[in-house]
Amino acid sequence: MWFARNKTELKKIGDNNKLDIPEGLWIKCNACKAIVYKKEVEKNSKVCPKCNYHFRISAQERIDLLTDPSTFEEVDSLLTTADPLKFKDSKRYPERVNQANKALGIREAVICGSGRLNNTLIQLCIFEFNFMGGSMGSVVGEKISRSIERAIDQHIPLAIVSCSGGARMQEGILSLMQMAKVSSCLAKFFKQGLPYISILTDPTTGGVSASLAMLGDIIIAEPGALIGFAGPRVIEQTIKQKLPEGFQRAEFLLKHGMIDMVVARRELKQTIGNIINHLGFN
Amino acid sequence: MIQDLDFERPISELELKIEEFKQLSNGQGKDLSKEILKLELKCARLKEETFANLSRWQRTLLARHPNRPYTLDYISYIFHNFIELHGDRLFSDDPSIVGGLAKLDDRSVLVVGQQKGRNFKEKVYRNFGMPHPEGFRKALRLFTLAEKYHLPVITLIDTPGAYPGLGAEERGQAEAIAKNLFVMAELKVPIISVIIGEGGSGGALALGVANRVLMLEYAIYSVISPEGCAAILWQDGEKAQEASEALKLTAYDLLPLKVIDEIIKEPLGGAHRNPALMAVNLQEALKAYLADLSTFNPEELVQQRHEKFRQMGVFKEL
Repeated sequence: MWFARNKTELKKIGDNNKLDIPEGLWIKCNACKAIVYKKEVEKNSKVCPKCNYHFRISAQERIDLLTDPSTFEEVDSLLTTADPLKFKDSKRYPERVNQANKALGIREAVICGSGRLNNTLIQLCIFEFNFMGGSMGSVVGEKISRSIERAIDQHIPLAIVSCSGGARMQEGILSLMQMAKVSSCLAKFFKQGLPYISILTDPTTGGVSASLAMLGDIIIAEPGALIGFAGPRVIEQTIKQKLPEGFQRAEFLLKHGMIDMVVARRELKQTIGNIINHLGFN
Repeated sequence: MIQDLDFERPISELELKIEEFKQLSNGQGKDLSKEILKLELKCARLKEETFANLSRWQRTLLARHPNRPYTLDYISYIFHNFIELHGDRLFSDDPSIVGGLAKLDDRSVLVVGQQKGRNFKEKVYRNFGMPHPEGFRKALRLFTLAEKYHLPVITLIDTPGAYPGLGAEERGQAEAIAKNLFVMAELKVPIISVIIGEGGSGGALALGVANRVLMLEYAIYSVISPEGCAAILWQDGEKAQEASEALKLTAYDLLPLKVIDEIIKEPLGGAHRNPALMAVNLQEALKAYLADLSTFNPEELVQQRHEKFRQMGVFKEL
């Protein structure tokens, strides 16, 4: 009897916390549904110790993961969103931005700055998915463009960690133009012989994948990350059939020759460091 | 066959009547010229009234009008000696993007554009103007060919978007689009892009990183289709009309945002009512812009293009 009761209790904790890592001692893995000890997951870079599922992590956690302690210096944090289209759906666009701003304490969906990775100075841009789905509008495009230009000026490598649903609808055509803007900046960057490491995390789709994310010299993806141009739901509606298991996942892209490697989170920093070193930067 | 949008029907009915009167006039020797003139004036006024106050949704419908001229129509009107080139040399030939060498007056250029189909069979063949990666890669191959032979590039944009399908994803739709943006940014020859109908998201932009971006008066250019936007933000695909208003996707919206350089006027009632006149308007604009860009050297062209897109976006700095 005690066994059954215990089981239902555990299940309840899991069900209440489907997406984010919850407060509390235990969490349920999104993939294998195992109930795992939270501290153990955190110690494991937020990777499920049972099935290797990579929980989504915040931009700040990503900075801590990739840069040497207290070397990251954020820039352009004062760039903020305008509302050029006066866009309104069920809510006004500035309200949505304010809401995200209040909840997360950051002004836009990407954090940019310089930092040291295994002692090598790099420019680093990290998307924050919780800020309007990591979507790219004018500010995100501008911040990334400036980071690319800083990397050119300082003659140092660039790494961008993508985590985004794509272009931001609320800025309409201007969001689409950010794809051309960052790609044009990257084209300039490549002429300098500088390395750009693109890191794709779950999810990387739409206008972000169809611009900066797929333009890396080296493209690395985290295990299981959803990566593609169109979202799976749109594809299912178009072709009117269920998508095969594993479609658009990191391993699928590796198999189809679209990325260089799939790297587990705990080895990510060392791998990037090694690559940058091979390419002549340290 | 003329297929009418709802708001076009009264115009078409009047036009039909005028045609009938003209035939009566010719066949039976009756002089109806006064009546015909009256009707023609009335029709012109009706067109003006109808088209002066089009909603963004109505413009969206015009951009997708089944009778609207497509890329190959403009190619045959505007250019001569067109030689179509095929294939991406990697996987296949995508019929939803066409391209080749052509003469504009006596000047050889490369022209590339998405191609929609007119009847059902053609539509399927052209995949409704929705390219696969091989389409974008064909365009890319042709861009670099143009660069090698110092030929200006003209792109005609008309697509609902890049095709969202299994094969497209497997073969790297995102990479194909990204690579086009990247290579177009550095191309050492003049590029002029014209949105002639639907400028659907990344699939449109993949041919749109140009020194000059022109847009036909009733074309649209958007980050997402109104239907797609409505489905995501309103959770209701039926709210496409509202979404089209919110997205500000018309030529007149885009000019002040500096996304386009010029609006090319359409004949009264839209390009499909007088494709020949539309083509003349477009040809004149293309010649003028090409003459202007011919004064730039390759480095200046790349620099100008870079600065143009580098400045895009609206934001605040606290």
